[in-house]
Amino acid sequence: MALETPPAPTTTPVLSVRDLNVEFYVDGRWHPAAVDVSYDVRPGEVLAIVGESGSGKTQSSMALLGLLPANGRARGSARMGDRELVGMPAGRLRRVRGREISMIFQEPMTALNPVFTIGFQIIETLRAHFEIGPAEARERAVELLRLVDIPNPEKRVDSYPHQLSGGQRQRAMIAQALACDPKLLLADEPTTALDVTVQAEILKLMRDLRERIDAGIVLITHDMGVVADMADNIIVMKDGRVVDQGPALDVFRNPQHEYTQRLLDAVPHLGRGVGAAAPARATVTEPAPAGTAAPAATAADERELVLDAQDMVIEYPGRRRTPAFRAVDGVSLQIRQGEVVGLVGESGSGKTTIGRAAVGLLPVTGGHLRIVGHDMVGASMKDLKPLRTKVGIVFQDPGSSLNPRLPIGESIAEPLLLHRGIKGQGLQREIERLLDQVRLPRAMRNRYPHELSGGQRQRVGIARSLALEPRLLVADEPTSALDVSVQAAVLDLFQELQREHGFACLFISHDLAVVEILSDRVAVMRNGKLVEVGPTAQVVTAPQDPYTQRLIAAVPVPDPEAQRERRMARDALLEAQRAELLAEEARHAEDAGRADALGIDEIDNERTQRPGI
Amino acid sequence: MSTPTTPQPSGQPEERLENAIELQDVAGLSQGQIVRRRFFRHKGAMVGLAVLALTALLALTSVGVGPVPGWWQWTPGQTGAVVNPGGSPTLSMPTWLGGEGFAIGDHPFGQDEIGRDIFARVMAGVQTSLMVMVIIGGVAAIIGVAVGATAGFFRGRTDTLLMRATDLVITVPTIVIGAVVGKMAGTVSGVVFALALGLILWTTLARLVRGEFLSLREREFVDAARVAGAGNMRIIFKHILPNAIGTLIVAVTLLMSSAILLETALSYLGFGIVPPEISLGQLINEYQQAFSTRPWLFWWPGLFIVIIALTINFIGDGLRDAFDPRQKRIPSERKMAKAAAADDAAARARVPSVRPDAGVGGGA
Repeated sequence: MALETPPAPTTTPVLSVRDLNVEFYVDGRWHPAAVDVSYDVRPGEVLAIVGESGSGKTQSSMALLGLLPANGRARGSARMGDRELVGMPAGRLRRVRGREISMIFQEPMTALNPVFTIGFQIIETLRAHFEIGPAEARERAVELLRLVDIPNPEKRVDSYPHQLSGGQRQRAMIAQALACDPKLLLADEPTTALDVTVQAEILKLMRDLRERIDAGIVLITHDMGVVADMADNIIVMKDGRVVDQGPALDVFRNPQHEYTQRLLDAVPHLGRGVGAAAPARATVTEPAPAGTAAPAATAADERELVLDAQDMVIEYPGRRRTPAFRAVDGVSLQIRQGEVVGLVGESGSGKTTIGRAAVGLLPVTGGHLRIVGHDMVGASMKDLKPLRTKVGIVFQDPGSSLNPRLPIGESIAEPLLLHRGIKGQGLQREIERLLDQVRLPRAMRNRYPHELSGGQRQRVGIARSLALEPRLLVADEPTSALDVSVQAAVLDLFQELQREHGFACLFISHDLAVVEILSDRVAVMRNGKLVEVGPTAQVVTAPQDPYTQRLIAAVPVPDPEAQRERRMARDALLEAQRAELLAEEARHAEDAGRADALGIDEIDNERTQRPGI
Repeated sequence: MSTPTTPQPSGQPEERLENAIELQDVAGLSQGQIVRRRFFRHKGAMVGLAVLALTALLALTSVGVGPVPGWWQWTPGQTGAVVNPGGSPTLSMPTWLGGEGFAIGDHPFGQDEIGRDIFARVMAGVQTSLMVMVIIGGVAAIIGVAVGATAGFFRGRTDTLLMRATDLVITVPTIVIGAVVGKMAGTVSGVVFALALGLILWTTLARLVRGEFLSLREREFVDAARVAGAGNMRIIFKHILPNAIGTLIVAVTLLMSSAILLETALSYLGFGIVPPEISLGQLINEYQQAFSTRPWLFWWPGLFIVIIALTINFIGDGLRDAFDPRQKRIPSERKMAKAAAADDAAARARVPSVRPDAGVGGGA
């Protein structure tokens, strides 16, 4: 593979890394986390380090800042100008951190200290590195906030992190990172925790910034769409080694290493699935209700309604002075036997709430909701018992949804044990059958969840949800915690199982590209309301609602050229809808203010509403 | 269990464990085994456990339990002729420690003024203290779990009611309520006294368990169990309690060590265990007038109080470290350097002296 550095370097690199090795000491041995990593970053250039979790992409960057844990060590060379960063004494390294290399973290809510105002935190960075008075530092902080397009920076400088929306927090983080005019910015998954539309704005900001400031940017990410949007050069890492390296376009057009090809294939590509998947789906789903002997043409209408919601309202009850929060407001949605409906929306839009209500984990406040013939409104725990055999749910976080103290075999068997009373040998056979279905080795039944990888855990979750052959399966972001290639495998499995068992499925996701692969129809939610429902192809290619348009425009596609066009369209669309967006921003700010006045604390916020934009 | 080996299904190999490095430590172990291994590696806890076990063994076998006689020649209540002047200990140190040659003698811990053997009495006191400790720990754990689990799981009105009741118990100083309860119960028997103390010491456990339940009940596996059709009892006992057991065990051990001190204090004050039963605190109380003239009457009970409380605390510390997943052992510099040297040597052996030009990150 051709891995030589780009010819004729125009400028001297800000950072040049040579043969960087990062190792961790575990159980008497050093295990390599990154092996012989070499790259250059030039001013104004974006280098993307791509890889799945555990590939060493984060650790190799942390090593530059001397931020490895106590049992880690770095060897090799990382030169910044004429200074060697690897092995630099802690005192001198501290002067480099923040001043010359700064970092943008993944989760702005946890990376910003909640008890200080954002202004204080920016000023702190400034005064740690420069001899500068408080008033002057504050001025500079306001200036920085203006640079990152935070509206009303003079006022916002005194806001606490929880008073800002997710996107604004990330902007504040970027402002803090830029405070000392660093020569190098390390951005560790800077948009992963954000909604798509917010991500689009942050990406736009970062593109603008790199032209305005003359810094090199190292972008660590697993999202090929983001890479396509931002990167000039790409490094692909796998198992601690660099497997592919080169200019972005080359890597995307002509991936050298087999792993890169596989990675690019695995990335769901919005808009690509529409042509191929939709007809295939139609032929698959229609035979499913063949038992009803209905003519194929009208089958769609005569299939039994599995989920039927009419003007459904779900509220989280208020506490003391806090008013009840309406998470789902007047939603009407039908899912028929064998149909996969994708429910898309940003965080806080109420999509998960609908999913949980459908399996009886949350009470429905008003309207109607019938699941497989059971009325869910005002149903008690006991009423729901028969329903439990007909619905299943796959949770978002496979780590948290399995009891850490139970072997997975027992977790899978629980529904069978409780509803069918199967015990002993019969139960073992059932467990084997279910493990076979999700393609896990049978011997795994005695393993504990912490011994499994994310993908394996999620397979266990799917096996458990299918144990009772449910009529309706709710999949609540089942792949959002997984790596791209694992996600592809799990989605394949999911499609296959759906074809085999013919259950109806409510597939909840924030990722339109994933929903597009699986769903027959797509429903788009926003602030508790359905804004658009329609066949997948129509929603993806010709969205009607302005919000859906924005949402679809915001999704980056893993193709630098196509993404460049999409970016133009996106920016134009954002510009066109700017008035509406501003009005909304103001409304959000007002909401936040009211919440403050009412004394809604952080926990309530988490539970009920995470402001979207 | 002999499981039929199935051929590795397709789709497996590409799924590398993404947290492979951390998993090196725990491959093939259940949670319980991991905890056990970490606990056994904790030196302080192991020493504590050994000392406690030896002490218990000594106390139980030397003077016997109940009707079963022990191997020691005296019983706690037996009076005999005072051997040494004033009943001073016959135990003497070896010469290199400044004694007159090692000897145990008839009364190694000495005798009191009416000739009772202090060793036998201290051993009986240790037995009582251990018994009191176990009973208090058990009773407090049962009540604490019941109250805490109910409050934390059902929340709302139940929670408020139970927690305000707990607050009420907490507000009364333990030593005062202990004295009142001890005065009434201690005269009956040591066991009743311990039960009564257990009835007032459960409050901290209840609060802890409630907190654990409050956070665990929001975890997704509880929802998953509910969707699977599990009832409240099954969720509490099968799903939540095993996950809270770590905190619980640690708190109970630490409670036990403070319970010993409380029993000692109450007995010393005369509100605890009364003769003919013997406890360490009561021994100290009984001999307090003799403090300046015959200090050994004091030293031995005191020493055993310290030993028991200290070992229990060490064990509790070890358990806490073992159960807390965030507690990672930072390996020592020396070990890390040694492993690095070994790696380097191995690498030199493998790689030919002239390295082929290692391009930037060759093949994987």
